[in-house]
Amino acid sequence: MARAITTRKKVTFGIIGWGIGFLIFFPILWTFLTSFKTEGTAIATPPQFLFFDWTLENYHEVQSRSDYMKHVTNSVVISVGSTLIGLALAIPAAWAMAFSPTKRTKDVLMWMLSTKMMPPVGVLVPLYLIFRDWGLLDTRLGLVAILTMINLPIIVWMLYTYFKEIPGEILEAARMDGASLMKEIVYVLTPMAVPGIASTMLLNIILAWNEAFWTLNLSAANAAPLTAFIASYSSPEGLFWAKLSAASTMAIAPILIMGWFSQKQLVRGLTFGAVK
Amino acid sequence: MATLQTRATARLMMSPAVILLFLWMIVPLVMTLYFSFLRYNLLMPGTEEFIGFLNYKYFLTDPSFFTALGNTLMLVGGTLLITVIGGILLALVLDQPFWGQGIVRLLVIAPFFVMPTVSALVWKNMLMHPVNGLFAWIARSFGFQPIDWFAEVPLLSIILIVAWQWLPFATLILLTALQSLDGEQIEAAEMDGAGSLSRFFYLVLPHMSRAITVVILIQTIFLLSVFAEILVTTNGGPGIQTTNITYLIYSLALLQFDVGGASAGGIVAVILANIVAFFLIRLIGKNLER
Repeated sequence: MARAITTRKKVTFGIIGWGIGFLIFFPILWTFLTSFKTEGTAIATPPQFLFFDWTLENYHEVQSRSDYMKHVTNSVVISVGSTLIGLALAIPAAWAMAFSPTKRTKDVLMWMLSTKMMPPVGVLVPLYLIFRDWGLLDTRLGLVAILTMINLPIIVWMLYTYFKEIPGEILEAARMDGASLMKEIVYVLTPMAVPGIASTMLLNIILAWNEAFWTLNLSAANAAPLTAFIASYSSPEGLFWAKLSAASTMAIAPILIMGWFSQKQLVRGLTFGAVK
Repeated sequence: MATLQTRATARLMMSPAVILLFLWMIVPLVMTLYFSFLRYNLLMPGTEEFIGFLNYKYFLTDPSFFTALGNTLMLVGGTLLITVIGGILLALVLDQPFWGQGIVRLLVIAPFFVMPTVSALVWKNMLMHPVNGLFAWIARSFGFQPIDWFAEVPLLSIILIVAWQWLPFATLILLTALQSLDGEQIEAAEMDGAGSLSRFFYLVLPHMSRAITVVILIQTIFLLSVFAEILVTTNGGPGIQTTNITYLIYSLALLQFDVGGASAGGIVAVILANIVAFFLIRLIGKNLER
C-alpha cells in the first residue's frame, strides 16, 4: 500500500516537475530551434517546432559579420581578465582573513560586502567622466578594471568561505615541522584550496560575461562584448529573428554549460555564505 | 595564535584588495556628491557653479521622479512576488524524488545564465510579438485577441522577463534551504497526525524563512538596478511608463548630459539602496558570528 502511494506520488511529481522545467526552459529551447530556421520559417504562423528544413545559414552569416569575432574576443578577454586579476587580489586577502583573523576581520568583510550594495548609477557620472578624460571609454582595459572591482567582493567572500573550511590543524602541523609561511602556502594549503578557487573562478567568469550595465554604458564599437553586440539587434535588426537567435545561442551556450557545472557554488557565491 | 610577524604579513596580503576597493568606493562617490551640488551640463561647458540643493529640488519634485519611483517599486515588488512564491512552489516540487530530477533542476536554473540583453530581446521579439510571436499564436488558437504586450502592458512585460531571469536564483536558494530540513522532524509531525498543509505552514515555511529573507534582500539590491532589459526593449517608454530610477538617471546623464542632476539622482539611488543594504548586512553579519 505504502509503496503504491510513493510510486503514484513519484509519477505525479515527475509530470509536474518535467512540465514546469520544460516551460521555464522553453524560451532558450525556442531560441535554439529558431537559430536553425530561415528568416521566413522563423516568423511563420503556425510556428514550426521541429519539422522544418534545418539550416546553418544564420550561423555562417552572423560569424561572417566582420566584427563578430572581435566581440567574442572582447567578452573572453573582459570576463577572464577581470576574474584573474580579481583572484590575484583576492587570494592573499581571503587567505589572510581566514588564517590570521583579527578582531577587525569581520568588519573588513562586511565592509567589502557593502561596496557591492552600491547601485551602479550612483557612480555612473564620475566614472563616465574619468573614463572620458583618461581615454578609457570603449577600451577593454577600462571594462576589465571596472568588472574586477565589481566582482572583487564576491571573489573575496567566496574564497574566504572556502578557506575557512580548511582545518587549521594542518597548518599548525606544518609549522611544527618548520615550514615557513611561503612553504606552508605553496605545499600544504594551495592543493587543498584549488577546488574552491576553481569554482570561484567559474562563477565569476559567468557573472562578468553577463554583466550588462557597465558594458552597455562604457563601450561602443571597439570594446563591446557580446552583451552589447546582442543589444545592437534591438532594432531594426531584431526583426531578423533567426539571426538574432543564432547570435544569442552562440553568446549563451558556453556560459550556460559552465553555469550548469557551477550550480552548487552559485548559492554560496551569491548569498555571501548566508545560505549554504 | 598569530604572531606579530604573521599578523604583519596578513595585513600586507590584505592591503591591495582593501585599498583598491576603498578607492573604488570612495572616489567616485565623493565626486558624485560634489557634482550633485553643481550646475554642470556637458553641453554648456564653462557654466559650472555651486547651486546648493537645487539639483535635488529639481530631481525630487520632477513628476517623472515619482513615476520612476513608482515603476521601480512595481518592478521590484512584482518580480519579488512572482519569484518568491514561484520559487517556494518549485523548490517543493524539486525536493520530491522523481525520475530525471537532476535534469529538470538544470532546466529550471538555466535562465539565470542567459545574459540580460538576450533574454529581453528573445522575449520581446519571439514570444511577445503581437503578430508573429508565440504568445499571439497561442492566444489566437484559443480564439482570443492577442495582447500587444509592450504597447498595452509595457511594465508588466518587463516584470515577466525579469522574473523569468530571477526565478532560478530564488528556486535554487530556497531548494538548498529546504534540503537542509531535518527529515525526522517531518516524520515526527506526520506521526502526530499533521496534514501536509499544516506541516508546510508550521514546519517547512518557518525553516525557510531565513532563506526567503535572503532571497528578498539580495534580489531587491539587484532589481533596483535593472537596466539592460529596459534599454533594449522599450527605452523607458512608451512615454516614461517603463522608466525606473536607474534608467531615469542614465537618461539624465548620458542622453541629456546633465551631470549635476544625474549626480543628485545617483545620490538618491544610493540612499534608497542603502536602506535595503542595511538590513541585508545585519542579516549576513549575524550569520558570520555563528
